[in-house]
Amino acid sequence: MIYRVEIRSKENFGDPHADMIHHQIGELGMESVTGVRSARLFFLIGQLSADDAARIADELLTDPVIEEYHIGSSGDPSDAALIEVHLKAGVMDPVAASAEKAITDMGLPIEGLRTGRRYELLGDVSDAQKQKVAVKLLANAVIEDLYFEDHTPAETTEHTYDFQVIEVPIRDLDDEALMKLSTDGDMFLNITEMKAIQDYFKSLGREARDVELEMIAQTWSEHCGHKTFRSDVVVRNNAGEVVEEIPNMLKNTVFGSTKELDKSWCLNVFEDNAGVIEFDDEHAVCFKVETHNHPSAIEPYGGAATGIGGVVRDPMGTGLGARPVANTDIFCFGPTDMPLDDVPKGVLHPRRVMRRVVAGVRDYGNRMGIPTVNGAVYFDERYLGNPLVYCGTVGMLPADKCTKRQPAQGDAIICVGGRTGRDGIHGATFSSGELTHSHETEFSHAVQIGNAITEKKVLDTIIQARDLDLFTAITDCGAGGLSSAVGEMGELIGAQVNVDSIPLKYAGLTYAETWISEAQERMVLSVPQENVERVLKIFADEDVEAVVIGTFGVENRKLRLHYDGVEVLELDMEFLHDGLPRPTKEAVYEKVETPSPKPPQRGDYTQTLLNILASPNVASKEWIIRQYDHEVQGGSVIKPLVGVTEDGPGDAAVVRPVLESDKGVVIACGMNPHLGDLDPYQSALHAVDEALRNSTAVGGNLERTAILDNFCWGNCNKPDRMGTFVQAAKACYEAAMTYQTPFVSGKDSLNNEFQTDTGETIAIPATLLISSMSVIDDASKCITADAKEAGNSMFLLGVTEGKLGGSHYLLAEGIESGNDVPVVNPAANRTLMLTLQKAIEAQTVRSCHDLSEGGLAVAAAEMAFSGGMGVDLTLDGDSTVNEQAMLFGEDAGRFLVEVTPENRESFMQITDGLPVAELGQVTDTGRVVIKGAQSTLIDTPIEAAKAAWQGTFDW
Amino acid sequence: MATPKALVLRTAGTNCDRETEYALTQAGFEAERIHVARLIENPAAIADFQFMVIPGGFSYGDDVAAGKILANQILHHLGDAVNAFVSADKLVLGICNGFQVMIKAGLLPSAKVSPEEAGRDATLAWNDCGKFEDRWVHLSCDSEKCVFLPKGEIIALPIAHGEGKFVPRDDTVMQRLQESDQIALRYVDADGNKGGYPINPNGSTDDIAGICDPSGRLMGLMPHPERFIKVTHHPQWTRGGIQKADGMIMFQRAFDYLK
Repeated sequence: MIYRVEIRSKENFGDPHADMIHHQIGELGMESVTGVRSARLFFLIGQLSADDAARIADELLTDPVIEEYHIGSSGDPSDAALIEVHLKAGVMDPVAASAEKAITDMGLPIEGLRTGRRYELLGDVSDAQKQKVAVKLLANAVIEDLYFEDHTPAETTEHTYDFQVIEVPIRDLDDEALMKLSTDGDMFLNITEMKAIQDYFKSLGREARDVELEMIAQTWSEHCGHKTFRSDVVVRNNAGEVVEEIPNMLKNTVFGSTKELDKSWCLNVFEDNAGVIEFDDEHAVCFKVETHNHPSAIEPYGGAATGIGGVVRDPMGTGLGARPVANTDIFCFGPTDMPLDDVPKGVLHPRRVMRRVVAGVRDYGNRMGIPTVNGAVYFDERYLGNPLVYCGTVGMLPADKCTKRQPAQGDAIICVGGRTGRDGIHGATFSSGELTHSHETEFSHAVQIGNAITEKKVLDTIIQARDLDLFTAITDCGAGGLSSAVGEMGELIGAQVNVDSIPLKYAGLTYAETWISEAQERMVLSVPQENVERVLKIFADEDVEAVVIGTFGVENRKLRLHYDGVEVLELDMEFLHDGLPRPTKEAVYEKVETPSPKPPQRGDYTQTLLNILASPNVASKEWIIRQYDHEVQGGSVIKPLVGVTEDGPGDAAVVRPVLESDKGVVIACGMNPHLGDLDPYQSALHAVDEALRNSTAVGGNLERTAILDNFCWGNCNKPDRMGTFVQAAKACYEAAMTYQTPFVSGKDSLNNEFQTDTGETIAIPATLLISSMSVIDDASKCITADAKEAGNSMFLLGVTEGKLGGSHYLLAEGIESGNDVPVVNPAANRTLMLTLQKAIEAQTVRSCHDLSEGGLAVAAAEMAFSGGMGVDLTLDGDSTVNEQAMLFGEDAGRFLVEVTPENRESFMQITDGLPVAELGQVTDTGRVVIKGAQSTLIDTPIEAAKAAWQGTFDW
Repeated sequence: MATPKALVLRTAGTNCDRETEYALTQAGFEAERIHVARLIENPAAIADFQFMVIPGGFSYGDDVAAGKILANQILHHLGDAVNAFVSADKLVLGICNGFQVMIKAGLLPSAKVSPEEAGRDATLAWNDCGKFEDRWVHLSCDSEKCVFLPKGEIIALPIAHGEGKFVPRDDTVMQRLQESDQIALRYVDADGNKGGYPINPNGSTDDIAGICDPSGRLMGLMPHPERFIKVTHHPQWTRGGIQKADGMIMFQRAFDYLK
């Protein structure tokens, strides 16, 4: 029996959800829709009486104060266009799962439950408009079905699976046939790799089985294997001459610096799921940043949510398990004001992508109870088909449980958490290929849908088991699912798994699908046999599914899978992990200097400042930040929004992860894709400098700062992309060595290119994100950027060189930039940062803001309006640099600092010998005034500056 | 007298339990976080405690409606034990999601767990702005009888919720709440004046941010007192002038009442 229950708001009580949809329809330019009504739909399946259904609707599903329910269908509305959106069968539906549980609590015999939403568009709505609203706003065809009439789903029929081992002949294939196998099987492997696989099976004297090829393709995918970063590289100049050969690029750049720096406080770096550094005697802190770009392009909400869910599991699977304490999120989108009709086929509108990505991060992060404390958003047309979603998680773990662990011979393999379904199949290989306009449909199965509460339950229980020392090793199921997790954990000793013991969401999965599925919220533990019962009880006590699926330790480091007692896979761990041929990549790079045209001289630059403040990269992101819980866990010290009205920009976040302690962690980031186009080497230096600047500005300790790299690039099989990649990687080495900030973790996402239906390929700009974490002794000495009191002095620290290439100033003037970008001087900047750090520790600095996009003028304006104060500055008369560059130049290593009259002398003493200029004062005039040698260049009330800054994303 | 014991009730999706436990210990309580499943196994265990706190979070993901599934468990499995607890001279505090649970389980406004009556008098609906928001608000303490708050003071606390708009069923309910001095907290500005968004961040009727039961011993509120127990929690502490952490008041007064 199926009962359909419709729940809608009572007439007098508004429907904010429907109003929001109406607002978004308005944004589509469809004014004929005069209003929207919505209803929640529940479909109750089971041997329920009509009274039972009514009781469920009345007591559980309806809020009797503001809602009313109707059992059955309310029919086609006479005054409105009807759209119903139903989740596809088999798609994760947390609401249905919770409601089923509650109905069981009520003592009623429920067997299944499905949910949907109903929308009624009021006004004169054409069929075409209805379609457009449905497709563009309400439903995502990847996970949802649309109906334009009342729909009640049929009771689902169980799929069955007839077990059969699938053999794939490979030994006798020629090159062409091998590549066809790679392509048809979505393996994304090249001919050298396919031949290595062929040779392996020849040596075994048998053909391959499907799951063996799937597992090799996953382990060897760009996503899991970082082939490009580990490759040998030949770099040529534009004339084709070899200028450099770099063996194993990763080892000689990012890894190399960490090894050479050899900091004693780096406890577990590059080996584990997250990089771990020392916090205090009892605790260590770890950080991991991931990307989830391809899934977010196709299904932004699910993609972003599982991006967060995935990176949260990284610390959980680091050492013997960390407790996440903060999240970061950095996004890159296409322009949100792009006309709908200009958006290429197969691409979602950037505004929708941004809304849904933010919603996905919000819903997952908030539900997990992890504060989202830091982030950034950048816009460029080339992110249209390839939006970037970076998610980071900081975690805390006991100092004695923070190093990478290995399973012991005979340990049980326990799979904990979510069940395995068909979701996310081929995620690892999919994210290693290019997107095309038809990927939206072809790879819909690669999209994962998350359930934050399942992950929260897993976290709660894993920490209990960890504290009782009940398991020997742990890792998360990320890309590649169990295949990757068990494959990595058992690398040194082998493993045996009974695939048919893995709990499934629904029947019908083949053994191969089960093994490679990337279903969410799963962790793998290795548990000594004597602890198995206790571990299982901890999970059962909090309603977390945990099942023994096999044993670690098989002779000769073999991995064996069985299904129904029949062997379906046997691979050598050695071949799996070391058999991947290290490729040599061709790179081309040569910088040919192209100076930027001179921007127009103006008598007054006030409007220029306002334009930069309103430009999307600079403008306030309050709309996003407020939707994130940035204070849960009670450790918040410096929030993402600061100032007298709590809405000014913060440079970095500070949290106290141990409630009893004053010690803090400063979390910051830096990124500048605009420079990446012009000079990838300098761009990378700028990104590192920006992260460290942000961190220093709030009180970070440069000498206890670790950094992370996340490269998002185009297709690095193309030598020009590889050329810029090499430049950035080399710059990372220089930066780490000079600032003495080791890289502790990193990840790359390559092949961010999109092929339109006209065959054009769009690559994203070279986009390097640098994240940083810094451990500080006393969080109560931190400072913020908002100007505090009139009469305080304003000092500029750092050197302005005068180059404007890549600046937001040129962008705002509509001038195409040359590649004359400001050159970073890491050694000088390190000295400056250490000195500023000393001045902050000595509490001589009242406020501090780093200079980044928009330079001095933007920093001064932000400090002023955040503090509700004016500033009156005069540009340094001794400088040989022109006034435009003084106002808007984006040289690295610069800060604007507020100092009280009492501290002025000590501050000047501490900073003696450094490039420091006293530019003026904080005032109570409420105006931002910046004067040049002859005249006033900028003069605006802070309200106008703030309005410009806040207006762009006032959604 | 022995140190008062506080129970922090947690379940799947509870996420403010650790800091709430910490705030309670700072106030002097002996505090313990307990999973609802353990209480359902042994409802009598509640009797060992003098104070029950239902902390913030997303119990069961806020699925169906915020707080609804945990309230449903209390209604169907813990009704007698909780009713006995509240009729003794003990305290209950629901913070954010805990407030939503208390309303939906009937603990507020009427101090009675009953499946037929729970959630009929008032609700916490979606914010008028239609989305989750984290921001700091000012609150006026308006109830004489509320154990947790000093009447007449204005305090600052953060909110972080999507479903926090207090809506009474009708004027009769509203009048009853007013007459029996159950309106414990109202959203105001720093000077104590009423105002629209964002002073009242979610569109609550009569700016209500928290209510108590007729005895004043049971209270629910949307703001998070456990997030302001140190000066450095305040968003403007770096500007100076923040003398005390207002959230501590509630835990301290609960302790003083029970000690």
